[in-house]
Amino acid sequence: MKGDDKHLVVNAIENGTVIDHIPSTSLFAVISILQLEKLNSQMTFGVNLESKKLGSKAIIKVAGKYFENSELNKIALVAPQAKLNIIRNYQVVEKRVVEIPEDEISGIIKCPNPVCITNHEKITTKFHVLSRSDMTVRCNYCEKVINRTQIEIL
Amino acid sequence: MVNRSLISITDYSKEEYLRILDLAAEFEKNPNQNLLTNKLIATLFFEPSTRTRLSFETAVQRLGGRIIGFADASSSSVTKGETLKDTIKMVSNYVDMIIMRHPMEGAARYASEITNIPVVNAGDGANQHPSQTLLDLYSIRKTQGRLDGLNILMIGDLKYGRTVHSLLMAMSDFNPTFYFISPSELQMPSGYKMLLDRQGIRYVEDRDFLPFLPKADIIYMTRVQKERFSDPFEYEKVKNVYVLKNALLDSCKDTVKILHPLPRVNEIDPDVDENPKAYYFTQALNGVYVRQAIIASILGLK
Ligand SMILES: [Zn+2]
Repeated sequence: MKGDDKHLVVNAIENGTVIDHIPSTSLFAVISILQLEKLNSQMTFGVNLESKKLGSKAIIKVAGKYFENSELNKIALVAPQAKLNIIRNYQVVEKRVVEIPEDEISGIIKCPNPVCITNHEKITTKFHVLSRSDMTVRCNYCEKVINRTQIEIL
Repeated sequence: MVNRSLISITDYSKEEYLRILDLAAEFEKNPNQNLLTNKLIATLFFEPSTRTRLSFETAVQRLGGRIIGFADASSSSVTKGETLKDTIKMVSNYVDMIIMRHPMEGAARYASEITNIPVVNAGDGANQHPSQTLLDLYSIRKTQGRLDGLNILMIGDLKYGRTVHSLLMAMSDFNPTFYFISPSELQMPSGYKMLLDRQGIRYVEDRDFLPFLPKADIIYMTRVQKERFSDPFEYEKVKNVYVLKNALLDSCKDTVKILHPLPRVNEIDPDVDENPKAYYFTQALNGVYVRQAIIASILGLK
């Protein structure tokens, strides 16, 4: 790469998954939801990249790894507009969008209510999805209703 | 309802809680029924609430059942660091039903998920207290002869008042008109108002209750607590404003009844107590019949 090249150059991957259109602020949340730190695959992260749609976006490339839909859909909570490219032999063989889980979300969201029992005992959190459009969920335990801006990832 | 826990008023359908009210009316006529012979019930009060505990324990004893448990966490192994899970697992081995109160919100729901015996929530923090809601409904139906189409005046702390929120949810099935009267710091949260909007239920908000007294079928009073105010000066301004006095009640309908979850502080003047419109002490007694009905129907005995 020449020094005057202003574009970020990331090598194409032969096989694997590219996750694009992640809001920059959600990059680390996505890494933790997908537990990427536990993988041995080659990975490239780009963050604070220009994006017309998001203003500032992040991108993740994971070589040699394909995710289950159920795993990928968990990132919808923090990156609802994420686009997935499935790469085989340097070709995009499939494009996917993420979908907010239908009815119940287990063990990803932390309840923001300090007196909720889930913040005092070892309990897997559970939230019921009330609205997928503005991502409103209700804690199964303390019954507090929270929206996207209040969602904290465990 | 048999063997099903009662954690939140929304766990029961309208038909189901109307059945509880019918059953409670039976117990009011005939309170001593030996339905719980050989049944053992735990009352686990992780935070003290003498009023609620005595009401539940009276209900159990009137049904001929026996009780084990504790009245506050300091007299139990909880202070030694035992988890809620372990306490519930242990007690579940011994009894047929658990009645519990806990300072953490969601504690009763969690307990109901880790045991096979039914759990009745006697209050989980500021979250739910379904037997209180059912006894409020019972008191309203009994004094007005119906639940449909009533004017409900709610006065005091409408922001943090758990009982008014649950009552609002339950009464929404019966086409009421609500009058929400509170200081501006303690208004009904917008989430509940949106809920009413969506169902097309009428409500009025104001800071002054006097103009609305003549309309009310039910006056539901709550405590305005000092600790709810960020500015102590604001509290001083309103603390004597949301107080019912006997002289104010002349403008009310003859059939109006005044309810209060108790204990009261100064929001109902003692000079109201002898007025036939005062109903809060009978309301508390109704709690025993309603709790008898809850216990008997969950254990499948009625
Ligand atoms: Zn919660």
